[in-house]
Amino acid sequence: MATEARVTIHSPSDIVTARQQGRRLATQVGFEGMDLTVVATAISEVARNIIEYARSGEILIRVVHDGGRRGLMVQATDEGPGIADVEQAMLDGYSTGKGLGIGLPGAKRLMDDFEVHSSPGRGTTIVMRKWLNVTD
Amino acid sequence: MQVPILKQGHFVIASIQSALTDDDLLQLRDALVQQVGRYRSRGVIVDVTVLDVMDSFAVRTVRDIAHMTRLRGAETVIVGIQPDVAFAMVQLGLKLEGIACALDLEEGLAYLDQKTKNSARRGY
Repeated sequence: MATEARVTIHSPSDIVTARQQGRRLATQVGFEGMDLTVVATAISEVARNIIEYARSGEILIRVVHDGGRRGLMVQATDEGPGIADVEQAMLDGYSTGKGLGIGLPGAKRLMDDFEVHSSPGRGTTIVMRKWLNVTD
Repeated sequence: MQVPILKQGHFVIASIQSALTDDDLLQLRDALVQQVGRYRSRGVIVDVTVLDVMDSFAVRTVRDIAHMTRLRGAETVIVGIQPDVAFAMVQLGLKLEGIACALDLEEGLAYLDQKTKNSARRGY
């Protein structure tokens, strides 16, 4: 069974595809109920960021192992304008787009690990992970 | 996928059947604002029971629906937000402040009946 999925993000309907793939792989990891919704919602937010700021990009979702634990990794990559001030972008309510400004900080709260790598003019990569049983 | 909108008495009910794209959500918003005028509705119910994700865009659109229909003279109530969805919304920092929510369709109808009773009397 494939343990990863790549979803090209071009249009808003790709956001739905990305979160459905995320839910599918999260189920494979062993996540249930609330965690599935949480993962799908976080994917929705980072995918939406791609559409809003970079117009297109890619979401890679992969089942990962670290020592004895299992989890799901989500990587959102784009070659958009990048984020000039990552620290500021992580603040609730801060937005340079038409959004509510909760996408990135919100997604961070939903996941266990969250990293943003961005260089202005080159694009943004967000890596986030959720581990099984970490929050239980 | 278009959301079916049913007229029931003074109310219109939008019953979401599957995951919605952003465009579907915007279409629903515009359709509801139109239908409130066409049917002279006093209340709107948006049933989100089947939605497994309500992200920032969905919440903002639902909020816009409630505010826009209010400007058209109708009350909106959101029904059927699932427990997992409610949890994710709170974690994400999304609020539906000032917008009526009810457990399910039945409670939503009861809320609107109550809410529109006085204005309905004034109509006679």
